[in-house]
Amino acid sequence: MTDEKSFVEIRHAQKAFGKLEVLKDISLSVDKGQIVGIIGSSGSGKSTLLRAINDLDPLTGGEVWLDGVEVNQKLPHRQYEKHINQMRQQVGMVFQHFNLFPHMTARENVTMAPMLLKGLSKDEANTLAEEQLDNVGMLERIDYYPSQLSGGQKQRVAIARALAMKPKLMLFDEATSALDPELVEEVNQVMRKLAEQHMTMIIVTHEMDFAASVCDRVLFMDQGVVVEEGPPSMLFKNPTQPRTREFLRKHLENAK
Amino acid sequence: MGLDFSMVPKYLDIILLGCAYTIGITVAAAILSFFGGIVFAVIALYAPWVIRQPFRLVAWIFMGTPLLLQLFLIYFGLVQVGIDLPAVVAGIIGLGLHFAVYNSELIQTAILSVDKGQMEAARTLGLSRGEALRKVVIPQAVRDVIPPISNNMIALLKDSALVSVIGVSELTLSAQRVIGKTYRPFEFYLLAAAFYYVINLAMEWVQRKIERRISISR
Ligand SMILES: Nc1ncnc2c1ncn2[C@@H]1O[C@H](COP(=O)(O)OP(=O)(O)OP(=O)(O)O)[C@@H](O)[C@H]1O
Ligand SMILES: [Mg+2]
Repeated sequence: MTDEKSFVEIRHAQKAFGKLEVLKDISLSVDKGQIVGIIGSSGSGKSTLLRAINDLDPLTGGEVWLDGVEVNQKLPHRQYEKHINQMRQQVGMVFQHFNLFPHMTARENVTMAPMLLKGLSKDEANTLAEEQLDNVGMLERIDYYPSQLSGGQKQRVAIARALAMKPKLMLFDEATSALDPELVEEVNQVMRKLAEQHMTMIIVTHEMDFAASVCDRVLFMDQGVVVEEGPPSMLFKNPTQPRTREFLRKHLENAK
Repeated sequence: MGLDFSMVPKYLDIILLGCAYTIGITVAAAILSFFGGIVFAVIALYAPWVIRQPFRLVAWIFMGTPLLLQLFLIYFGLVQVGIDLPAVVAGIIGLGLHFAVYNSELIQTAILSVDKGQMEAARTLGLSRGEALRKVVIPQAVRDVIPPISNNMIALLKDSALVSVIGVSELTLSAQRVIGKTYRPFEFYLLAAAFYYVINLAMEWVQRKIERRISISR
């Protein structure tokens, strides 16, 4: 194996919570600008894998590399903290339950981290917030608090908040799962727009149609391993593994 | 002999001065207890063991002993080690720290009950744990405990009368002094009570204003 690394490179990722092995030797590479979808049943380890990429759930074994830098490298505690905060600034993450800061307006949600971590002035940060919120169609609600927004609007603000840090990589963990069905599309649209702008993305989702339409590649995970991966046209239309077929069949049934 | 308030105007300035002391001490101690409560909560939850343990002892002293004793300790006791505080300052520190410990208990619980996703979202953006606490978690925790903290502040107002024991002429002691001259205890204690009531109302008004302001940002 050569040591040529992809933009995002996960090598032999292992994660155990006590005795429970959640990730069993997962390797994955993602090129710059690529969009990778991760599907799989509940508890298969999708979130854990995603959260390992920015060390929110530290791996118990294996490596994560981003743009040539090892994310989870061994360093003395203090140095590691500095290093990981630096790395996290480069990775945007969007959560199922938005996790917007309820005591801040949409604007403040977006400006807080850039001002604190990148030293942006208030004016610069405001311009940035207007730009980013406009980008997700939320400029009109810039001074609203999260409690005054719908789920779809909250999630769009959360995406703007992540993008304001100008990340190299965006991680989405079921960004639309908590939304009422009629609000899903507005968030999907924002993600499609990001895809057009060639943002590198890893998207955990239960929405097969969406995954099929935006992803370059889709992984099916089950019980901590990647069972099958390939372009959506292959994985959704002609899955080779029985477990994949079973999952997709069940999923279709549930969708009915 | 009925009630006779005709002496009131003559001594009103003394009572008002006492009132000013009570308000000043209460406000200063309230501010100290608020920020002290936040600092204590963070120490109790996150400081390394060597800091946390001695701190717990101090916290226990403030929770487990009478405020009166604490005031004596700060005013008379510290003199022995060369710290000679003015009575007002000693009173503010005593009251402030005493209630800071109570506020800290409330804030600790509130910090722990802020949704874990908040810390995660902040860390994901690249904030350190300290930054995340300061910008995201603590402001939310504090909002959650404004009502019980306000109750503590009303208790603080009432307990501010205790600083009279170290010679501060706050409202209660002022009333007493006037009574010493006029022999009109009922009138002047009633007057003092009325002033406490008004200060109380003012504090409740401030509390409601704060609560209204933060109600949409939760
Ligand atoms: N902090 C934790 N402590 C213990 N076990 C955990 C923890 N986090 C996750 N797990 C377990 O790890 C397994 C994988 O969880 P994970 O959240 O990665 O699944 P998932 O594929 O994202 O599922 P879902 O579709 O429900 O979100 C589950 O069995 C879960 O119970
Ligand atoms: Mg999950």
